Amino acid sequence: MAELWRLTISEASELLQRREISAVELTRAHLDRIEQVEGNVRAFVTVTEAEAIRQAEQVDQLRSEGVELGPLAGIPLAIKDVISTKGVRTTCSSRILEHYTPPYDATVMKRLREARAIMLGKTNMDEFAMGSSTENSAFFPTRNPWDLERVPGGSSGGSAAAVAAGEAMGSLGSDTGGSVRQPGALTNTVALKPTYGRVSRFGLVAFASSLDQIGPFARSARDAALLMQAIAGYDPLDSTSINAPVPNYTEALTGDVKGLRIGVPSEYFVEGTEPGVRAAVEQAIETLKSLGAEVGECSLPHTRYGVAAYYIIAPAECSANLARYDGVKYGFSSKHVSGSLIDYMSETRAEGFGPEVKRRIMLGAYALSSGYYDAYYLKAEKVRTLIKRDFDAAFDRFDALISPTSPSVAFKIGEKVADPYAMYLNDVFTIPANLAGICGLSMPGGFSDGLPVGVQLLGPSLGEPMLLRIADAFQQATDHHKQMAATPTKKKGRAR
Amino acid sequence: MSIDRETVDHVARLARLALSDEERERLREQLSAILEHINVIAEADTSDVAASANILPMQNVMTGDRSRPSFATEELLANAPAQEDGYFRVRAVMDEE
Repeated sequence: MAELWRLTISEASELLQRREISAVELTRAHLDRIEQVEGNVRAFVTVTEAEAIRQAEQVDQLRSEGVELGPLAGIPLAIKDVISTKGVRTTCSSRILEHYTPPYDATVMKRLREARAIMLGKTNMDEFAMGSSTENSAFFPTRNPWDLERVPGGSSGGSAAAVAAGEAMGSLGSDTGGSVRQPGALTNTVALKPTYGRVSRFGLVAFASSLDQIGPFARSARDAALLMQAIAGYDPLDSTSINAPVPNYTEALTGDVKGLRIGVPSEYFVEGTEPGVRAAVEQAIETLKSLGAEVGECSLPHTRYGVAAYYIIAPAECSANLARYDGVKYGFSSKHVSGSLIDYMSETRAEGFGPEVKRRIMLGAYALSSGYYDAYYLKAEKVRTLIKRDFDAAFDRFDALISPTSPSVAFKIGEKVADPYAMYLNDVFTIPANLAGICGLSMPGGFSDGLPVGVQLLGPSLGEPMLLRIADAFQQATDHHKQMAATPTKKKGRAR
Repeated sequence: MSIDRETVDHVARLARLALSDEERERLREQLSAILEHINVIAEADTSDVAASANILPMQNVMTGDRSRPSFATEELLANAPAQEDGYFRVRAVMDEE
């Protein structure tokens, strides 16, 4: 069978269960694809080829013995390098963790292993998930498979690019302010940020603990539902995990949106969004209307404070979370200092962290420091309440909200690095969902000058089935998600 | 709002970051610029609004007082930059100055 890497998870899963293809063939096809395009895309920090083949052989063995396996068994996936993988180094694309190998699996990894999914490797990201372009990786930038001169978005740029380029059938990323949805939008993939607490954060290297959430990338809403089914659920190892039953996400895909109420927040349709992005989103709204959805305007009046509140809360939590990198327990340690323990730690951190991470630690430490706490941190936590109330009011009237995911299509590598705040504004439409803890999904919504446009759907707490249902119905009426990038092939150089 | 060099030095010390002179100057400029944007937050009317540290309606989460298997010492020390006799090796905390 030609080009197995073009299959969706759902398609491949059926072929595997009917034993028309083997897990080894499917995995090999993806490893070959990685070999072909990785020289250009550079989505992976680590490729775990031998282990992937070994896992695939096990799946084939079990199936040959007649063991019933789930839909993800034998499906090759890529994992963002911020998710702990036992025995496989987990770098967060940072010098400070370049040689760190976790002694345990994150809960999501444990669940994927139980589902017998195949891990192809660990994907590149903005260092410690701080960024919107994957240019902040300490190792190398990842390129957008749709245009190699452009960024794939971030921080989960490697996970998005791997799926867009056919290097993996699906992947996991993490979303603190849009880090799954925005790269999803820029690479024509389906990207879901679950409700805060729906997916365990145990083993996710912490950036901003009250905002971080793991979510899947896939090439269809149905595939995203399959991945969600595997990773969602209560975990006693995460004290912020929601103890509520996990619905059947694929059963929610009725293909029907008739009578669903979809709100259009006027604050998300303002100047600053590229005309091509706006046109694609408006077209998507028309499509949903034609499918029977009832669309109406709504207001989220505190949207204008979202970015500011986020860039206080996230850096504040990051400055506390990243205090653990002291060169003592694990990670990089400076060789160039004599002096006190404090001098040694300060030097280790200065050498181990990149510029964006230092900027955020400084911003957060400032916002938390004596004399500024009330004006910044406490104020931001109050604004968060206001943003949450905005959404509560909107979801009283609507089942879901629709907006652009990102104000622009993929931008050029290097275009925004000089101005940190311009980079921060990439997340203006995604940040409020993290602050309010609600779920959000980005789906392929068409193209602007040949580059993908993402349409964002926002849902209330635990509203994932509704978002997946709308996205699935949209995908039955459109074929944007079926378009794949014509990524030029180039073999990768020497492995890092 | 602009930040002065002393504030940068103070925060860098709090954050345990041994920054170069050049980095300090760049951060002073960048943080000042970022704060100028962030200060929009002062305009939000938050009188009578409670802070949300977290959006979940949960209080303390207790775990049962039961022993569970733990990691072997070697596993946890495997990533340590320096170790000795089953301990992390660190610099002296109290110098004999």
